[in-house]
Amino acid sequence: MASGSFYGQISANKRNSLLMAGLVVIVLGLLGFAIGYAVVGDPAGGVVATVLALGLGSLSGVASFFGGDKLVLTVSGARPVDESSAPQLMNVVREMAISANVPMPAVYIIDDSAPNAFATGRDPAHASIAVTTGLLEKLDREELQGVIGHELSHVRNFDIRFALMVGVMVGAIAILADFFLRFTFWGGGRRSSNREGGGGAQAIVFVIAIVLAILAPIISRFIQLAVNRQREYLADASSVELTRNPYGLERALAKISGDAEVLEVANRGTQHMYFTNPIKKFEARSSGLMSTHPSIIDRINRLRQLTGEAPLGSSEAAGLAGLE
Amino acid sequence: MDPTLIIILAVVVVLVVVVIAIYNGLIQKRLRIDEAFAQIEVQLKRRHDLIPNLVNAVKGYMGFEQKVLTDVTNARAAAVAAGSQGPAQQAAAENMLTSTLRSLFAVVENYPELKANENVLSLQEQLTTTENQISFSRQHYNATVLDYNTNIATVPSVLIAGMFGFTKREFFDAEPGAEVTPTVDLSLG
Repeated sequence: MASGSFYGQISANKRNSLLMAGLVVIVLGLLGFAIGYAVVGDPAGGVVATVLALGLGSLSGVASFFGGDKLVLTVSGARPVDESSAPQLMNVVREMAISANVPMPAVYIIDDSAPNAFATGRDPAHASIAVTTGLLEKLDREELQGVIGHELSHVRNFDIRFALMVGVMVGAIAILADFFLRFTFWGGGRRSSNREGGGGAQAIVFVIAIVLAILAPIISRFIQLAVNRQREYLADASSVELTRNPYGLERALAKISGDAEVLEVANRGTQHMYFTNPIKKFEARSSGLMSTHPSIIDRINRLRQLTGEAPLGSSEAAGLAGLE
Repeated sequence: MDPTLIIILAVVVVLVVVVIAIYNGLIQKRLRIDEAFAQIEVQLKRRHDLIPNLVNAVKGYMGFEQKVLTDVTNARAAAVAAGSQGPAQQAAAENMLTSTLRSLFAVVENYPELKANENVLSLQEQLTTTENQISFSRQHYNATVLDYNTNIATVPSVLIAGMFGFTKREFFDAEPGAEVTPTVDLSLG
């Protein structure tokens, strides 16, 4: 999947994440169609149901789209900084903003010794970046530049918006499936005897709809996590595009993975937003399907493909992993 | 109306719309190049303004390194003057200034009192970020040139580009000697 230049990695990651998002759309469509046909005997019912579910999902999406970043910043205990309170951080952010040709985002600091960072904001004109005091202390200027490049790339690639849209669809699938399963098991049973026409075919579709309603939420959640991982790889490759320096980011990743501190303000709800997964247990198991981020080892190896270095040996990898 | 006529009209309309869209896209990419170039100017001027403060801050400590300091001051004056002499002269003068600054940074490393001085540290950070901003501006400029050049060379834009006279733009080259690390002469006098 990855190749020797960051351009190659960038287009591969974009393509893969779009394909996966497309898969979610297909799953949503199939579920809606099956449910509509099964319940009403007519796919039009499914279209109505899908649209309704999307509408409901979008309501929370809209709230998140416009107010989400303020909420996340407050929940994370971030305080705004400027030229006089954090000159070097502001300089590094400004350099990346020039390289990316985006407006300067609002910059925040989180008082925590665990090194981490996140970016939020619906588009480059309304973006915020937060870093922890731990990150500022532990990384040098080049490494900080790599991390900020990664975070600014999330903004530039509209990842927050992309994740929101995928999230709305996954939410719609869950709503649709949940509603249908309740309806079927707690009141829908009678209907099968008053349906006119349809008959055998409808009964088969009914069974398919139930199977889909059980599986679709799980499958779409897996796809959502895979999309998140792709966008993380994309942000790493885009950071290299901005800095033209894969070594800074690679060293930052290695330093952060070796750090045992726990980021206190992070939780399951916000974990996907951070530079590396702040929940240490999840980070350790993160080469699996269930993780929001790719493992640090995989991320370092992808960067090594750009510089032509050999991938991490097993002892180096074990040393980096060092997590219980 | 005759269906063939309708189809022909529709095709013509679509073609016109496509040509307009491609033309506008090329104009936009070309303008981005000009904007990126102007941004480099902004950063270069910022550097000119910072240098006198840095020279003053380190002068007192660097008794016998006057040559390095006068080199920087002279290069700065030359760069400011070159602003009105055209892009080639300007680029050469700015590159000269960059290499004198590099020598100055290399020398400062050897003065512990200087390295600990807050004034100097803050100025050094400002100059570091200015140098970075200059090179990222140049990098972004090259990115806009690449985008534009790629567009005018690929189908279908290449046809429109030929018709309306869009020509390739030049990349910004790194200064000659950038590959060479500056050696610092620490002999007295």
